[in-house]
Amino acid sequence: MNLTVNGLPRTLQAGASVADLLAAMDAKPPFAVAVNTSFVPATRHAQHLLQPGDHVEVISPVTGG
Amino acid sequence: MNTASPTPSAPDTLTLYGETFQSRLLLGTARYPSPSTLKAAVQQARPGMVTASLRRQTSGSAEGGQSFFELLRELGVPVLPNTAGCHSAQEAITTAQMAREVFNTPWIKLEVIGDDYTLQPDTLNLVAAAETLVKSGFKVLPYCTEDLILCQRLVDVGCQAVMPWAAPIGTGRGPVNPYGLQVLRDRLNVPMLVDAGLGLPSHACQVMEWGFDGVLLNTAVALAQDPVAMAVAFADAVRAGRAARRAGAMQPQASAQPSTPVLGTPFWHHAPA
Repeated sequence: MNLTVNGLPRTLQAGASVADLLAAMDAKPPFAVAVNTSFVPATRHAQHLLQPGDHVEVISPVTGG
Repeated sequence: MNTASPTPSAPDTLTLYGETFQSRLLLGTARYPSPSTLKAAVQQARPGMVTASLRRQTSGSAEGGQSFFELLRELGVPVLPNTAGCHSAQEAITTAQMAREVFNTPWIKLEVIGDDYTLQPDTLNLVAAAETLVKSGFKVLPYCTEDLILCQRLVDVGCQAVMPWAAPIGTGRGPVNPYGLQVLRDRLNVPMLVDAGLGLPSHACQVMEWGFDGVLLNTAVALAQDPVAMAVAFADAVRAGRAARRAGAMQPQASAQPSTPVLGTPFWHHAPA
């Protein structure tokens, strides 16, 4: 299925979870995830199944003011 | 509210949402020439909190990720995540939820931007986002304008402190609406920190003399020729302004008043020969 991850197109196997996506992109902790602008807590990464066309954001700490 | 006190020598910590902070200076972490400079500035100025943000992992930011997170842990200063760059209440709420998980803190500097040129807050959506986050257990410090009614609405929805701007973010212009800020300070009885637009330590000292409870700044330190020295200068200015506020200033007089006693002055009104 086709997704958008951090603004870029990405293809993932059907039925993949957020945890599967994080593993596929070799995400480096610490990070947090939102799917279609809704926060998905870490405790639900394995259960939250992604759908075709989902927009996923994986974000990490940066400097800020 | 932490305003003038009859006992200036008493401990003078900052209390927000029931938590105590040892400094009334909050310092941003962005735009420093190097991580080592940021580290030295924080270590020298010893701010009560440092701000941080969140961005996409794939953005290629050289300053992000694990190394910055490790630096924050080394500093040992409470972290205040922000929602910078958010343009809607939903974006800000989701970003705050993500920040709470990443930084393991309920504190959030809430930014909802309404105009990209001035970075002026979207005041209506700011209140809506603040209400949702407060109800979700966040300790919200909203970045707002000096508008009295806006700040009252933020307090009404549960914000226990507000952070009015002095001027648009990063301009260093200092307070552009002194009247508005002072009226706000006088009218609302909650802690207030001036956030954004300060350029000089004298600006920080001025707003502290007006009775504000702290300041949050970033660019004025990060872009100084010597950021570490400027961070210390701001910390000193915040302490000086706060001390002056607590000490109680004299009332300005319309005419000159001799500070040296005139009684017994030799040659007093003695006409020259």
